[in-house]
Amino acid sequence: MSSVNILEKISENFGDAIVESGSFRGDDTIVIKLEKFRELCRFIKFNADLNFDYLLDVCGVDYIDRKPRFDVVYHLSSIAKKHRLRVKVRVDEGIKVPSVTSFWKTADWTERETYDMFGIEFDGHPDLKRIYMDDNWKGFPLRKDYPEKGYKDDLNPFGEEV
Amino acid sequence: MEGNYLEAGLVGEQEIETREMTLNMGPQHPSTHGVLRIILKLSGEKVLNADCVIGYLHRGVEKIAESRNYHSFIPYTDRLDYMAGMSNNLAYVMAVEKLLDIEAPERAQYIRVICAELSRITGHIVAIGASALDLGAMTVLLYGFRDREMILDLFEMICGARMTVNYMRIGGVSNDATDMFLSKCLDFVNYFPKAVDEYEQLLTNNRIWLKRTRDVGRISASDAVALGLGGPNLRASGINRDLRRDEPYLIYDKLDFRVPLRENGDVFDRYIIRIWEMRESIKIIKQCLEQIPEGPVMARESKHCFPDREKVKKDMESMIHHFKLVMHGIVPPVGEVYRAIESPKGELGFYIVSDGTGKPFRLKIRSPSFVNLESLNTMCTGGFIADVVAVIGSIDPVMGETDK
Repeated sequence: MSSVNILEKISENFGDAIVESGSFRGDDTIVIKLEKFRELCRFIKFNADLNFDYLLDVCGVDYIDRKPRFDVVYHLSSIAKKHRLRVKVRVDEGIKVPSVTSFWKTADWTERETYDMFGIEFDGHPDLKRIYMDDNWKGFPLRKDYPEKGYKDDLNPFGEEV
Repeated sequence: MEGNYLEAGLVGEQEIETREMTLNMGPQHPSTHGVLRIILKLSGEKVLNADCVIGYLHRGVEKIAESRNYHSFIPYTDRLDYMAGMSNNLAYVMAVEKLLDIEAPERAQYIRVICAELSRITGHIVAIGASALDLGAMTVLLYGFRDREMILDLFEMICGARMTVNYMRIGGVSNDATDMFLSKCLDFVNYFPKAVDEYEQLLTNNRIWLKRTRDVGRISASDAVALGLGGPNLRASGINRDLRRDEPYLIYDKLDFRVPLRENGDVFDRYIIRIWEMRESIKIIKQCLEQIPEGPVMARESKHCFPDREKVKKDMESMIHHFKLVMHGIVPPVGEVYRAIESPKGELGFYIVSDGTGKPFRLKIRSPSFVNLESLNTMCTGGFIADVVAVIGSIDPVMGETDK
């Protein structure tokens, strides 16, 4: 199945829910409205032609000057069809993204990582807590307004002043 | 909680009072292969739940990437999966090359495949050796390290470093492979199959090894896919997925190799897949050595790739390009790419978001060890506590990559 068909197939079914779609260097990307996100997940997983059964990664991107601020990016692949797709939803701070753990179990850790690094919460996640950082950590390290050296405290004398 | 005891077969004829026990394993534990901590919930000797706690080696590599230019991030990548630095280098530079839409010259592609496969062998040697050591078979590790030493010597010969290689460059490789390297490589290729025979002699038909690994830590194909398991672990469960064959990159489509497959998805299958993959890697390297053409090892893209070292000293243009590349780095177009390769541990991918400046706006590493480790709970639950170390060894997590 050629790459154009994936985007066509999705836009046939989700016409006006698609914010943006396109292809760059052969990577197909779909930006979907948050309300239709779960529906899209169900569609791309169970549709026989698309069959995206293998979730590779979930990650966040912080566009600090944009509104809504965050992109949550899902990289998907299909084992049988051997094609790939990138799905994105845009959320603002404090808005919860529906968890996809019910579709792809592997999203458990990657969603925790996204929460840990960006503070994006996932609705319906079985156990949403930090994964890399300490449970008592303040702030979300991969946000653009978080200093690279961290904040100054007892353990980090070289950090930036709060 | 009574249900759990029933399931674990601990409530028998006579009612004994049993209690669920929580046991902390790691982060300093010789069998967790790094700073991995597992909270085990036990009922007697049966594992009810294995909860991984990671992040002890978290260095914030993705944050660091956002303040480095594209070239200067290369050394950080070989510190991820330090058992197979070349593969990490390769995945990263290929992601940047995809973003820039350039390609390495053919000779460089051959050298890259040789190095990637050598690093696959080193990774698998450590995986097999360390997991055998955990189960009490020490010899395999010693034999393995004897042979790994030869590969590390080869790496030293080609780039000057043994583990933190920093060899791949955007658009090619840093040094050309000398005839000396190629002939030493051929010597190794001719020698190594016998060494694999030795490992197999020690393990494959060893009764103790079989008892400890057969039907231990099983994971079904559907679970493996749902949990995103990758690489040899996925193929041991019967899912035929190998990016080298499915989405051929570099020159893999010109090479003849087999993708080993097993169906049980137990510790033994994950072991034997690695053995077979080492043999296939040898086949691949051998073909590369036969086919490798002459030519440049760096793309002629002066805005993106480093010029020839000698030319920098003599030629004004080259010196300016070199200066610009070092001081300002490359400036890719606005866009985002995801590029993955088949690393020894599974699909290793880099997702780069570029905003058109000299530094990545966002760089995400899809590290196979991180995702593979997620399956540990499924593999361990219902098994014995003594098998937990066997399962960890068979997953082959490298914490440098898991924690990023």
